[in-house]
Amino acid sequence: MSKTPGDSIIEICGLSKAFGSLQVLRDINLSIPRGDVVALIGPSGSGKSTLLRCLNLLVVPDGGSVSVNGRSFTFGTGQRLPGDRSLSQFRARTGMVFQHFNLFPHMTVIENVMEGPLTVLRRPRDETRANAIALLEKVGLSDKADSPPSRLSGGQKQRVAIARALAMKPDVMFFDEVTSALDPELVGEVLSVMRELAREGMTMIIVTHEIAFARDVGDRVVFMRDGVIVEDGTPEQVISNPANASTKAFLSHFHR
Amino acid sequence: MTYAWDFNVIYTYREVLLVGLGNTLLYTFACIVGGLLVGLLAAFGRLSPLMIVRWPTQLLVEIFRCTPLLVILIWFYYALPALLGVQISALTAGLLALSLYGGSFYGEIIRAGIISIDIGQREAAQALGMRRGDAMRRIILPQALRRMVPPLMNQSILQLKNTSLVSVLALPDLIYQGQLVTHETYRPLEVYTTVAVVYFAILFPATLLVQRLERRFDTKA
Repeated sequence: MSKTPGDSIIEICGLSKAFGSLQVLRDINLSIPRGDVVALIGPSGSGKSTLLRCLNLLVVPDGGSVSVNGRSFTFGTGQRLPGDRSLSQFRARTGMVFQHFNLFPHMTVIENVMEGPLTVLRRPRDETRANAIALLEKVGLSDKADSPPSRLSGGQKQRVAIARALAMKPDVMFFDEVTSALDPELVGEVLSVMRELAREGMTMIIVTHEIAFARDVGDRVVFMRDGVIVEDGTPEQVISNPANASTKAFLSHFHR
Repeated sequence: MTYAWDFNVIYTYREVLLVGLGNTLLYTFACIVGGLLVGLLAAFGRLSPLMIVRWPTQLLVEIFRCTPLLVILIWFYYALPALLGVQISALTAGLLALSLYGGSFYGEIIRAGIISIDIGQREAAQALGMRRGDAMRRIILPQALRRMVPPLMNQSILQLKNTSLVSVLALPDLIYQGQLVTHETYRPLEVYTTVAVVYFAILFPATLLVQRLERRFDTKA
């Protein structure tokens, strides 16, 4: 059943990052096959969000290399930092959903979804609009197309944010604690949209504290602590039968 | 001792005063436009990632912010020509000084507006693949402008008031024309009261407008 490295859509080698004197990531190696759903779990400060942000270069790593769907960047001494143009071209192929939604408040819901294709891909307006409507239907919000984001609930905002990222037709989707800022009763609607995406075969990396969801939807669970990957395997291995003491300690905080 | 007010002199010299009013409005318009241009440069200069741009911009901004406008006006008219060895007209010196002085304040307003926008907005734009300029133009500036409008208008009100100082360079603004009428009529009470009322009549509605805008943008946030 093991997949050859050639199948990988994401390849991370020897990745490291420090903020000042704080080493946040140490020698991270990860290879993710196309279509996999990877749940990244771990205590706060473990570096999981930073790792995710390194993958679309919102955070520039200090060393190592990142490769997504054939585009790769190497970092470290002697390497030139990628310029604005190559960064934006790279990011256009990766979707990102944030904890605090970060919808554009000066645009309506549908304008938010259309913004990427219009401004970045320079697609025609009609086609973009039709696409955006289809995406809003998919996340169950076509009736909110002309509302300002401020009129939406947290769960609705997050679903718009997912639609906005999908509008770019990304190769991979990154989710950064997307349900952490939501009221408990709104978490389900966002997770079900993500579950649907996973079923469609989207490659996803999900930083989450929803352990049940990680076990349910994840093909693979990666547990991080202090900037290193401690455990990496199937949900059964990592969540149900953790081998490492720190994984056990972390998971003991959750009802499983 | 009661003073016998005689506002007939104002009517007699109305054209002289109207010329002054026209000039004041003209100077205001010019130094608002000039100030905003300077302000944009100053704001982006101070936000530049390059230290070689950031530092000199900040130095210039502080020089103009921390010097009285009257001193700047006089310096531009008397000192700068001697320094450069060229003649500068009073109008050029006056507008230059007002634009640079106002621009240093506009610049801080614009810069503050831009950095007040949540970092998440920039990140969301970047994550979609927007280039730096697109993110600024499409996402950051439209939101920042809304926040900037009331303070920019406040600063423009100050710009109008500040134009009164160009009279020291013998530029024929409302105050200067008022001085002319005073010298002719020996009626400073009537003349300067009228001048004050005219300034107030222009600026009071403007401050009301700013208050309304502030309230409108408040409810939107």
